[in-house]
Amino acid sequence: MHALWWLAAVAVAAICGIVSAAGIEDGEKRSGFDFMTPETQALQADDMSNPGMLWVLQGEQLWQQAQGRADVACSGCHDDARQTMRGVAARYPAFDAATGRPIDLAGRINSCRAERQQAEPLAPESDALLALTAYVTHQSRGMPITPATDARLARFRDNGRGLFQSRIGQLELSCASCHDDNWGKRLGGSVIPQAHPSGYPLYRLEWQTVGSLQRRLRNCMIGVRAEPFAFGAPELVDLELHLTEQARGLLVETPAVRP
Amino acid sequence: MARALVNVPKVAQQGEVVEIKAMIAHPMETGYRIGPNGSNIPRDIIRRFACTYNGEAVFSADLFPAVSANPFIAFSLVATTSGTIDFTWTDDAGKTQTASATITVN
Repeated sequence: MHALWWLAAVAVAAICGIVSAAGIEDGEKRSGFDFMTPETQALQADDMSNPGMLWVLQGEQLWQQAQGRADVACSGCHDDARQTMRGVAARYPAFDAATGRPIDLAGRINSCRAERQQAEPLAPESDALLALTAYVTHQSRGMPITPATDARLARFRDNGRGLFQSRIGQLELSCASCHDDNWGKRLGGSVIPQAHPSGYPLYRLEWQTVGSLQRRLRNCMIGVRAEPFAFGAPELVDLELHLTEQARGLLVETPAVRP
Repeated sequence: MARALVNVPKVAQQGEVVEIKAMIAHPMETGYRIGPNGSNIPRDIIRRFACTYNGEAVFSADLFPAVSANPFIAFSLVATTSGTIDFTWTDDAGKTQTASATITVN
């Protein structure tokens, strides 16, 4: 009997090994941009027609505005974002020593507001937070995604990978069931892209506004009829960590446009 | 704080047909959607877009609830003289937002 259990355990381990190795090969990595129609690609490619640029523009204005009781602007410490923020977003989420956890860019902006500017945090998905995040990420446009190699992040990244691969919701689907195993095929009328967060915050035509990666993740969770994690939940940041690791080497497109 | 993006070529030849692009951040709330409390979200759209070239009206458009959020309008213009091109968006409440750009005609 014992031998049988042991055999079963080995089989399960072998299957798990196969599943975890079945991610997307480096050579097959493709941004969501490549799956779009030429019309939507043109919308993203021209800064004058890309509606996401409206948020970048707002972010540029907010960057200069003094905020909070400290009455200091982002530019008061960080100076000209075009130089100081270049490449920063391509490394996020990063490890935050204060909380001992990874933190994403929107979280960093809010923690900077609380500590340095002594201002109220911006609400998740508020135009101001999306605008600042888009503006900072936009400074890394065209640069390859290079996630931080901090060893303290490994545990959280593994948790993110676990979440990506575990089946959830009434439909019992994992992120990987669609985005690793069936990318390029269709779900209803839409092409299933690989799950690469290369353009967030991005303008989604369906939303008619700019949204964050967390909004997208919550959308997918609702789609498989699972209870979505709250905005800013540690699980979502762990998932972001895993996704950026998967997307390593793809170019930052922010603000991207997606259907 | 108006959030508008306008694109006018900086330099054009006399008589050249140039493309003008204008986009503004606006929710374009149709008035038909139902909010969380069960009642309709009040309509809030841009009703009129107008463009003047050195003070003279050259293009205008009436917008309706079917137009998407952040409306993008592109049209063409014959470059005649150097000057400013002004854009005005008027919403349901009669509030206007403006943007302008200059063009140099050789």
